[in-house]
Amino acid sequence: MASETGLKRTPLFDLHLELGAKMVPFAGWEMPVQYPMGVLKEHLHTRAAAGLFDVSHMGQVILPAGAVAALEALVPVDVAGLGLNRQRYAMFTDAAGGILDDLMVANRGDHLFLVVNAACAEADSAHLRAHVPGVEVIADRALLALQGPAAETALARLVPGVAAMRFMEVATLVWEGAELWISRSGYTGEDGFEISLPEGRAEGFARALLAMAEVAPIGLGARDSLRLEAGLCLYGHDIDTTTSPVEAGLAWAIQKARRAEGARAGGFPGAERILAELAQGPARRRVGLRPEGRAPMREGTEIFAEESGGAALGRVTSGGFGPSINAPMAMAYLPATLTEGTLVYGEVRGKRHPVRIAPMPFHPHSYKR
Amino acid sequence: MTIKFTEEHEWLRVEGDLVVVGITEHASEQLGDVVFVELPEPGTKVAKGDEICVIESVKAASDILAPVDGEIVEVNEALSDNPALVNEDPLGAWFFKMKVEDMEQLDAFMSEEDYKDFIG
Repeated sequence: MASETGLKRTPLFDLHLELGAKMVPFAGWEMPVQYPMGVLKEHLHTRAAAGLFDVSHMGQVILPAGAVAALEALVPVDVAGLGLNRQRYAMFTDAAGGILDDLMVANRGDHLFLVVNAACAEADSAHLRAHVPGVEVIADRALLALQGPAAETALARLVPGVAAMRFMEVATLVWEGAELWISRSGYTGEDGFEISLPEGRAEGFARALLAMAEVAPIGLGARDSLRLEAGLCLYGHDIDTTTSPVEAGLAWAIQKARRAEGARAGGFPGAERILAELAQGPARRRVGLRPEGRAPMREGTEIFAEESGGAALGRVTSGGFGPSINAPMAMAYLPATLTEGTLVYGEVRGKRHPVRIAPMPFHPHSYKR
Repeated sequence: MTIKFTEEHEWLRVEGDLVVVGITEHASEQLGDVVFVELPEPGTKVAKGDEICVIESVKAASDILAPVDGEIVEVNEALSDNPALVNEDPLGAWFFKMKVEDMEQLDAFMSEEDYKDFIG
């Protein structure tokens, strides 16, 4: 659905308004950035109970089961080795070894199910169509995420089968005659689920969840602080065509089969650079930063080795305040020679403030493995 | 007690020969949850329009500008320890008190009624 502003609307648009959401343009969509609860409390609610997110703006794509090899030619990921009803994190790379988008790939038996970023969805579809036969872009399904320690309890009241799922497992389950494509995954560091369902059933399903005491609606504002605390990358900020998967600290997503001497080594765009970086280590890498003071260091903040003088070592790609850690946090690309614990300086409003290279996630993950 | 409002969404309250400055409820709602406040040094002489405080919310950073010429005489340290006060009680959460040489500078600002019209 499109509005007069040319922005697309999800099937939950009217519900967002009814819930008092503040709507903002995001990647061509009109999306809720926060509800009356506010970003801080929405964030904390998700970590304490369960948060419901409308992520229907994200792209949903189906590939035939026979497209495994064609998809593997676009991603440095072992798709052939992905078990039935399992999901895996992946990224489309370009010839220079940069990242075109990051995505989830699920093996749903007779097909592969992909979820891609809204801002990249059109380019991803074109990219897939150019290289993979039988690409089907899903335009009639909503996507919701239910995240937090109470997510299982809440969702199981509607769909009991979810209780048996493990982290990164996918299943097809039925709620009042509607087919749900569920994965136990998310973008908050919490246990939780992502649920693809027919667009006409999305509002009823969301209302059934929101009627539960544990569940509150959560906007894009808290989605961002939750994923940043969890150390997860945001495409277009922490990763893009100028960063390689290895620089981005995503080497864990490149399985043995696609590495040098693996069963299907290389054979993806940018393999030469990416395999060389895996072998020798990258010159720079994405690191976590914990400012010593209380002032957040936002995206674009330049990082220096010294309190004055010298050239910038790198810059912050995402930064803000972490409600659960009750402190500012950031990610930046810095020379790989700088180890965890190193004190560097971030320049905020013309003044350099001490900031320490810190491990990620900033807030521990609590996946149900 | 006189209270005035600026187009930058600050409130100004006259206390004797001092002007107490904070941000309006409207501003605090627009900012969202405040997580960090940087206050000026008492004794700082400021000119109208100088950026003298930084407010960081979960969304973004913004400034408080000096509404008039004067000297900062006191700052509200409680905001450094608990920035959420700005959201909880915007009219109570003062940022600084300034000594103003010419109180007539305040005449140009909006009354509460005018401010309500201004934010529509």
